[in-house]
Amino acid sequence: MSQWKNFSKGIFKENAVFVLFLGLCPTLGVTSSAINGLGMGLATTFVLVMSNLVVSIVKSQIPDKVRIPSFIVIIASFVTMVELVMQAYIPALFEQLGLFIPLIVVNCLVLGRSEAFASKNSVLSSIIDGVGMGLGFSIALTILGGVREILGSGTIFGFNLHMFPVDEEGNPITMIVFVLAPGAFIALGYLIVLINKINKKNA
Amino acid sequence: MERRLNMAKKESSFLNMVLTLFMVTFIASAALGYLYELTKGPIAASKLAKLNNAITQVVPEFDTIPGSEIYKMGIDGDTLVFYPARKNGELVGTAVSTFTNNGFSGYIKLMVGFLPDGTIHNISVLEHEETPGLGDKMQKNKSKWSIQFNGKNPADFKLKVTKDRGDVDAITASTISSRAFCDAVDRAYKAYMEGGKK
Repeated sequence: MSQWKNFSKGIFKENAVFVLFLGLCPTLGVTSSAINGLGMGLATTFVLVMSNLVVSIVKSQIPDKVRIPSFIVIIASFVTMVELVMQAYIPALFEQLGLFIPLIVVNCLVLGRSEAFASKNSVLSSIIDGVGMGLGFSIALTILGGVREILGSGTIFGFNLHMFPVDEEGNPITMIVFVLAPGAFIALGYLIVLINKINKKNA
Repeated sequence: MERRLNMAKKESSFLNMVLTLFMVTFIASAALGYLYELTKGPIAASKLAKLNNAITQVVPEFDTIPGSEIYKMGIDGDTLVFYPARKNGELVGTAVSTFTNNGFSGYIKLMVGFLPDGTIHNISVLEHEETPGLGDKMQKNKSKWSIQFNGKNPADFKLKVTKDRGDVDAITASTISSRAFCDAVDRAYKAYMEGGKK
């Protein structure tokens, strides 16, 4: 497999959210706005790349029977690092993502790539795989967050689009359901339909 | 036991496993300990900045260091924290960090600023999980709803929504959130009048 294919598979053919349906808990939970989706995506990408890197380096030193606990400890360490750094330097985003940051530890996407890819491939391939998968995840979360933000709040990345009528107090009347939990499922469902259609055409 | 091809895996002997897990956890904890020390300062600073910001918003102009003087009062299974603000040694207001558990999604935390006579100066929302687009209108950046409390003295301004024969206009379609908000403010007011004033 060429490295380009290795990289791009995470974005299109094996997109974590739209095709593999991995890591759906944070996907549905945090994407009430585009910036939240992007923040979560980038945090996960960092963890994914770093854990892929470390796992691919130490893979031959880890006995098979304890590989899962070892991977989890490695992943959890990087997640805690993200958490501490975010809390210190970008507290506003940390507050928004809150509980979902520590939950990256159990994001099956991260452990899945360590187990299925990094523990069997070279360091370079593992880094590229992590970047591609992470980027695909970030793009998916940002698109989903963007769709929900536009429909639910009438804004995108915080910029008012002035596309909804306003009530007497000047607040836009939007489709609130899209920033709530059901809206996450509805938006994700339609996006998956769209992606499947595109993938089918290209296949 | 599954064995991967062309890879010199370490054998899963007891000693190997113990050593591996020890090394992995040791290195991980050392790295985290180091990073924790590194970020401790900035995390504390950003928390303090947030608190100071909330205090400054809800009380009149003052010259003391916000948060330098605090006292606490245990009430209803939680604690209210009082932050007095002084100018030239004179008490100009007290910020009270208060709470309610009756929000539509449970816990709501507010910072209410009282003038010495008990008049509400301003209110800022610290934490809430209310419905976006409905209950979250209690936030100042979402709607002007909470401004109706400013300058009112709860002695003659009933802290209840109009539906409950009070003086507070509820947020449209969010009576529960509005009631909870009033409950939190009322709790702060009562505690302040009962001995929170120092």
